[in-house]
Amino acid sequence: MSRIPPPMAMLAELTHRCPLACPYCSNPLELEAQERELSTEDWARVFAEAAELGVLQLHLSGGEPATRRDLTDLVRAARAAGLYTNLITSGIGLTRRRLEELDAAGLDHVQLSLQGMDAELADRIGGYKGGFARKMQVAGWIGEIGFPLTLNAVLHRQNLHQLPRALEMAQEMGARRIEVAIVQFYGWAMKNRAALMPTREQAREAEALVAEAREALKGKLVIDFVPADYHGDYPKRCMNGWGSVGLNVAPDGSVLPCHAARTIPHLDFWSVRDRSLREIWYDNPAFNAYRGDDWMKEPCRSCERKAIDLGGCRCQALAIAGDPAAADPVCVKSPAHGKMRAMAEAFNAEGARAELTYRRYA
Amino acid sequence: MIAQGAIPVIPRGVRLHRDAVRDRWVLLAPEKTIALDEIGHAILSRIDGRTDFTTLIDRLAEDYAAPREQIAPDVSGFIAALAERRILEVA
Ligand code: SF4
Ligand code: SF4
Repeated sequence: MSRIPPPMAMLAELTHRCPLACPYCSNPLELEAQERELSTEDWARVFAEAAELGVLQLHLSGGEPATRRDLTDLVRAARAAGLYTNLITSGIGLTRRRLEELDAAGLDHVQLSLQGMDAELADRIGGYKGGFARKMQVAGWIGEIGFPLTLNAVLHRQNLHQLPRALEMAQEMGARRIEVAIVQFYGWAMKNRAALMPTREQAREAEALVAEAREALKGKLVIDFVPADYHGDYPKRCMNGWGSVGLNVAPDGSVLPCHAARTIPHLDFWSVRDRSLREIWYDNPAFNAYRGDDWMKEPCRSCERKAIDLGGCRCQALAIAGDPAAADPVCVKSPAHGKMRAMAEAFNAEGARAELTYRRYA
Repeated sequence: MIAQGAIPVIPRGVRLHRDAVRDRWVLLAPEKTIALDEIGHAILSRIDGRTDFTTLIDRLAEDYAAPREQIAPDVSGFIAALAERRILEVA
């Protein structure tokens, strides 16, 4: 295998605890208990190791990172290690005072998630009454303190019609960027495919709307867009390549190439409790399993697009085609593509009647 | 083209960083890491939030012993492209 480049970005899932219960949450179905979370000292060591390894950007995520009482200490440790530090939050659990402490600790950037664009829908999707009002208050404080802000809206069948409003809100809040992500089916979203999967028309409409808005808002608002997965013809370049650019550290210290990697049962993921991040990145067989393209089978192996999409997502290949080394079934060349199309249609047909399953601890 | 008296600014949340592991300079911004070549670093390290575009070009022309007319369009294009992505601001 060719030389393995050092990682650029690390996502630290500080906790799985969260006051919200979004039915598309990317956390695994088996949520980690608080007792198993890494300590402040563990995280500080991992941040230092990450910087030394070559990580430049750190995303503090969860669950809701604000449920960690040591969040300010963690931000301080991350900045001391030299990392660009981004907080990914729903806003719930942040007070003005805490935000000021995070500011003093050197937090670089805040990414605020939107569940819906009005209180009624947002609180229903997030499963948390009063959440939207609170989020608006937090957004105000973020603006007053002057944190650079990115909004993140996960869109699906039930809130896609509010996309134009999301773009307005981003401008009202003074955000520089918005990430518009059509729901991807991992974690809890897998349980909610019927209720959440957008229709083909919705998916196309969103694409057109984003293209138009990008032109109209050039230089004012940057729009990052993640298109609908099941309705595509070619897969996404998942994680920019397995074990190639980024890594995730789960609340218990397990290091993963992506959120969903644990759904691949034969892979053994090492923990920062037992080894250094460097050893894990370069030597864990789970990280090497899908690096490069030696692992590819047909149709990917001889495909002219393999350097573009790297065969798509391994977890989706397992979930739908039954083999993590198969082509992502989003691809028209995949033998399982027809099956995926049919599934999308079946979910869409059921859609309006399907109930939401909220993210909860078992 | 950036106006002569306009002042380019590196806003909060964007910073120059020495990437020791890869032995290069980078610009760190929200969700973006931009690798800089020598010219990119020369431009950005002279943006201090006070210096206007004309003065910036004067300094670069002097430090690199290059004609103003030759470097001005390139520097302008570099700054404008970053401003369009909301990574730099032009006041
Ligand atoms: S997606 Fe929703 S439930 Fe999951 S961590 Fe984020 S805010 Fe909490
Ligand atoms: S066959 Fe494989 S490499 Fe080719 S486009 Fe499909 S998923 Fe990508």
